[in-house]
Amino acid sequence: MTELSLVQAVNAALRRAMDEDARVLVLGEDVGIDGGVFRATDGLLKAFGERRVLDTPVAEAAIAGVSIGLAVQGFRPVAEIQFTGFAYACIDQMINHASRLRSRTRGRLTCPMVLRAPAGGGIKAVEHHSESPEAMFAHIPGIKLVMPSSPARAYGLLLAAVRDPDPVVFLEPTRLYRAAREDVADDGTALPLDRCFTLRPGRDITIVAWGAMIKESLEAADQLATESIEAEVIDAATLKPLDDATILASVARTGRLVIVHEAPMTCGYGAEIAARVAARGIASLLAPIERVTGYDTMMPYLRTEAHYMPNVPRILAAVRRAMAYA
Amino acid sequence: MQAGFAMPGWERGIPSTQVLDSAGTVVGAMPEFAGDAAELVRLYRALVLTRTFDTKAVALQRTGRLGTYASSLGQEAVSVGAAAAMAPDDVFVPSFREHGGQIWRGVTLKELFLYWGGDERGNDFAGPREDFPVCVPVGSHPPHAVGVALAFRLRGEKRAAVCVIGDGATSKGDVAEALNMAGVWKVPAVFVINNNAWAISVPRDKQSAAATLAQKAAAAGIAGEQVDGNDVIAVRAVVERALARARQGLGPTLVEALTYRLCDHTTADDASRYRDDAEVSRHWAAEPLLRLRHFLTNSGRWDKAREDALLRECSSAVEQAADAYLATPPQPLSANFDFVYAAKPSELAEQQKLAGLSAEGAS
Repeated sequence: MTELSLVQAVNAALRRAMDEDARVLVLGEDVGIDGGVFRATDGLLKAFGERRVLDTPVAEAAIAGVSIGLAVQGFRPVAEIQFTGFAYACIDQMINHASRLRSRTRGRLTCPMVLRAPAGGGIKAVEHHSESPEAMFAHIPGIKLVMPSSPARAYGLLLAAVRDPDPVVFLEPTRLYRAAREDVADDGTALPLDRCFTLRPGRDITIVAWGAMIKESLEAADQLATESIEAEVIDAATLKPLDDATILASVARTGRLVIVHEAPMTCGYGAEIAARVAARGIASLLAPIERVTGYDTMMPYLRTEAHYMPNVPRILAAVRRAMAYA
Repeated sequence: MQAGFAMPGWERGIPSTQVLDSAGTVVGAMPEFAGDAAELVRLYRALVLTRTFDTKAVALQRTGRLGTYASSLGQEAVSVGAAAAMAPDDVFVPSFREHGGQIWRGVTLKELFLYWGGDERGNDFAGPREDFPVCVPVGSHPPHAVGVALAFRLRGEKRAAVCVIGDGATSKGDVAEALNMAGVWKVPAVFVINNNAWAISVPRDKQSAAATLAQKAAAAGIAGEQVDGNDVIAVRAVVERALARARQGLGPTLVEALTYRLCDHTTADDASRYRDDAEVSRHWAAEPLLRLRHFLTNSGRWDKAREDALLRECSSAVEQAADAYLATPPQPLSANFDFVYAAKPSELAEQQKLAGLSAEGAS
């Protein structure tokens, strides 16, 4: 066991994946000698050489598109996009090609690639560096979508993503890159890409979150415990495919659901979770489903971003509204 | 330069190649493969077969038996010439008008009918298993060709990727990104522009202020040249040379093949809304089948009996393929759920169940 930060865990997973499978390549802007702007690929160039760690020109669409060509030819490309604000240039490639090659060739050509990008706010970055576009990628049939919330889960889920036979978008919460360290067993064990993680059991209310919002959700649960409210906190991590069975089973026990995410509320991924619970768990609901999310505004620039992001008081307020229903 | 179109590259130091003029007269250096008469007949047969397929496809669409179809009428030599230059284990990354090249590469006529008839199984080629299906979103596939070519280079294979795009696609950012990346990495790829003078209703001079599309190569630091796209011998020769350079590690090439779209953009288009019949008529004089037939006839390798036999053979092959396509039942509706992922997630299995479609394939 080694204590690693989330970004170090990403690095360890990449290193492990490249060690165990010569088909795994890393490509992207500044991933080589610079080790990536967040150092996620630090040391990989030295360890694996420039045939497996490729600095690309500044061309996000082609980074995704070239990865498609490599993947179809049997490589396992892991492409890094520096910030999700620049990942929108890849969406055409992901929607029109990466996601549908398997289907449109009836299985003849497949696209086992990973598109990694840091996501979310809270690091006082410049504009276009703090968005949470998970719902946009989750809407694409044929794509899998992962957003880890701890070093150990980042390690296990990234290994699974690299080994997966289909395209995976892997969004890393920037704010958590160096926020905490935990023991990570760098033993090559992957985590399943279709399971939620129940991080804290509780009988009174279910809080579902992912990415950086897990931190706020667990803090809120700690505080609620001092008031004898036991909140169950679920990390939805693998948003697509969604393990809704775990969420439904939890709501069946608690009868109350609060969903927390950084992205804007309208058409956010919380709406999908709420819809599934409304469709199949409404009989167990004791209160309306609450969503604590970013607002339907621009992600504000750094001076006011804290007012946009869900925080512990907002989560507590939502929990109290839900608990107020008898 | 003869009838058809000017190749302004001549005046700009961009290599421009023509072997046969529109009358079938030899005006350039004959490449080595052209010394084999059987090879020229094989090229001619491919042009005729492509046009026969095209004619049938349009007829099937007009009678409600095929989906919207993009004809390649007049542009057959670009596609056939590029594909004929390739080795079998190279990879073809075509746009949606490259039936001729696909047929040459071994995609069957039935597969093409199936695809344009709306059946994904038409992309499950029995022949060139690694070739890409046609790219419908304009110009988004050159990055794939760069990736494929990079894969060859990384594995040390002497293979190459050939990507065909249209003149309109050269305005796209993905194309610029791909050419640039191909240049930086010197990947074994050849990009062929099927410049058919029209991007639906927008003519070439409104697509770009560049005098040639080939010169876009210069900005990417790669080789660029023009070729008479109605001259299948010239297209094949130019692409062969480019592929030879690519295999030697000398980098990619952008080939602008000048041709003319004698048809509508697709069966859903009416070109009379935006271009004169007179212009189209003028270009019929330069079309690709005629000049090769003239050349073969004038050099004593072709006659009416051979022509008639070839037309019968192509027609019979196309009719048989069309019948086989029409006799193919649609896929079970469940197939749409079966190829989204390698392993079906439970949420997708639930939707399939709700739709009343069993996983076994019954509909």
